[in-house]
Amino acid sequence: MQRRVYPAPCGHVYLFATCLVDLFLPEAGLDAVHLLEREGQRVHFPRAQSCCGQPAYTSGNPVQARAVARAQLDLFRQPWPVVVPSGSCAGMMRLHWPRLFDGEAARVAQAEELATRVFELSEFLVEVLKVDFRDCAGPPIDIGLHTSCSARREMGTRAHALELLGALPGVRVSTHENEVECCGFGGTFSLRHDDISGAMVQDKVASLQANASHFVTADGGCLLNIGHAAKKRGCALQGEHIASFVRRRVERKA
Amino acid sequence: MKTQPLHFVSPTQFRSRVGEALGDARLRENFRGAMRFLRDKRAAQFPDAEELEALRDIGAEVRRHALSRLPELLETFESRLQQLGVHVHWADTPDEACRIVLDIARDAGASRVIKGKSMVSEEVELNHALQAQGIDCIESDMGEFIVQLAGERPSHIVMPAIHKTRQDIGELFERTLPDTPYTDDVDALIRTGRRALRQRFMDADIGVSGVNFAIAETGTLWLVENEGNGRMSTTVPRIHIAMMGIEKVVATLEHAVPLASLLPRSATGQPVTTYFNLLTGPRRAGEQDGPQQMHVVLLDNGRSQAYADEQLRATLQCIRCGACMNHCPVYARVGGHAYGTTYPGPIGQILSPHLLGLDASRDLPTASTLCGACAEVCPVRIPIPDLLLRLRNEAQRAPDAVTAHPLRGQGAAHSAGARLVWGFWRGIFASPARYRIFRWCATRLRRFTPQRQMGWTRHRAPLVPARRSLHDLLRARGQAE
Repeated sequence: MQRRVYPAPCGHVYLFATCLVDLFLPEAGLDAVHLLEREGQRVHFPRAQSCCGQPAYTSGNPVQARAVARAQLDLFRQPWPVVVPSGSCAGMMRLHWPRLFDGEAARVAQAEELATRVFELSEFLVEVLKVDFRDCAGPPIDIGLHTSCSARREMGTRAHALELLGALPGVRVSTHENEVECCGFGGTFSLRHDDISGAMVQDKVASLQANASHFVTADGGCLLNIGHAAKKRGCALQGEHIASFVRRRVERKA
Repeated sequence: MKTQPLHFVSPTQFRSRVGEALGDARLRENFRGAMRFLRDKRAAQFPDAEELEALRDIGAEVRRHALSRLPELLETFESRLQQLGVHVHWADTPDEACRIVLDIARDAGASRVIKGKSMVSEEVELNHALQAQGIDCIESDMGEFIVQLAGERPSHIVMPAIHKTRQDIGELFERTLPDTPYTDDVDALIRTGRRALRQRFMDADIGVSGVNFAIAETGTLWLVENEGNGRMSTTVPRIHIAMMGIEKVVATLEHAVPLASLLPRSATGQPVTTYFNLLTGPRRAGEQDGPQQMHVVLLDNGRSQAYADEQLRATLQCIRCGACMNHCPVYARVGGHAYGTTYPGPIGQILSPHLLGLDASRDLPTASTLCGACAEVCPVRIPIPDLLLRLRNEAQRAPDAVTAHPLRGQGAAHSAGARLVWGFWRGIFASPARYRIFRWCATRLRRFTPQRQMGWTRHRAPLVPARRSLHDLLRARGQAE
């Protein structure tokens, strides 16, 4: 992955919430808004937004994915950064939208321009806003971190999340066994190959739980997968979106 | 010594075999442990990340270069082989490949065959074809020998018996080899296996082997191995038959060097294999050993379908190291047999659709989370997740849709139900107005959310939408624009 050149903050950001955050994890979206505002950014939320198209794209339905992505493409007309509280969706917009519109020159150009200003939330907080949490002291806590595989490989999200959590005084990230192994979500994979997906997420829950009672992730899909698997098994492991955890820490509620 | 008849499975039974594999706790543990061991061994071979990336660049470049000139290199390779006195045979299908070997055996009056490790011979099911004609064929690679005794097929392309513990093998030897008491001592087991094989090398009329790299400019076959059985199989019997896929050729000996460095390091975490053999033609006048007659069988079997497509051609860059399966979270859980294909794991998922058709391998391209672990370790940089995605597209495409390079079995996963679901999904998410209605219904009527949600709730608590969507929460803050 090439080292990305980051712009200086301009005071305005777009938030692209993603469908999972919008429908299942809205508090995480709100927490992201708070964190951005805390750093002096005005957050703009285009209300016509829905989904990046990833579910259809990874299921072999590029036509439907293209239609949904196209509906988002015109929503970010100002040259402001687009912040996404989900690494895999940010990767979809940054790396796969230009390919998705292959054959439509004007849209490819538009997607390529947009790609330069799409950022995953923790990436944006660390690299662009250069957050400083040194005065946000809190009680010591051990937490686990799970990073979406495509987010780690396409967006470098693991490094950004570690840096963001590392900026919080008192927070220690405990590594778990097979940390870089996939949690078994994979979009429709979790429905189509539910047995394999179930075996993967059970292993993930077990290894997270062995090291911490609490974990965070910057990806909505993984969070729902791991969190709901833990809930089904009745185990105490608690998961949270990284935005929610960071907000609670800086507001001294955790 | 008695070997078992082969048990044939079909990749169309993938899902039921996955269920069996996941239910077998011992099998799962064997695979998890073995994969962890192999991952660590590989990592230890590449302590310098920069060197690794540079070497992968070279490896990928060598393979791309060879594929870009494939027809020309194959012609050169063929004419060099012929100048060396090697018989060259071309096979389009597995049946043709088996027929070629059977004809050679018949012409030579051969009844005993010894085989070094060759995945192409597995692909064409050569043992089965030989047995059917009353020809005795024994595997000489220890792992292959074990799976042959057990009547199984390899579960891994480099370590065929990786699914077995030493206890399994001790029991197998006790049951199938005469005068062999049970032991789970690895050295004793290896000694037993070697003893059983030794006389076979001497008695065999034909030795069959695979090929790791075929060198066009010199007509050389480059073979790597760890047991010496490859050298024995290719030099002791009077006839040597090498079987290879048409993609295995590279331009020069020099080009094979970086691949030969990447292969054992990626595969077994060895800096170099115990043996490597460069075979250039049969025994010459005055030489002490080597076969009197040498044949090379070049198999297509769907490879030219992958070759014809610019993107899918990358499939053929593979050097069969198996690192993709060693690092695959799906393979590590279900093991190699669940796939029902000669080549399991990520490489099998992108190669098998060309070999067998997308219809026969329908479930394979979707059996991945696209996590990318495979592409990250691939020594020749095959973009496996991109190719899986492409094959998903081809499987979903209408069977009668016209494309530049139609794939065999195109549209195998196309269904009216799936069209309806994705059409509905698109209808909602591509229209802000419809998405607003959907959002309102999902959140306001959340208590009517079904408690059973297809595969999701078998292993997870049901997904229930939030009380209010983020759209609602931000509109309440006056923030939605």
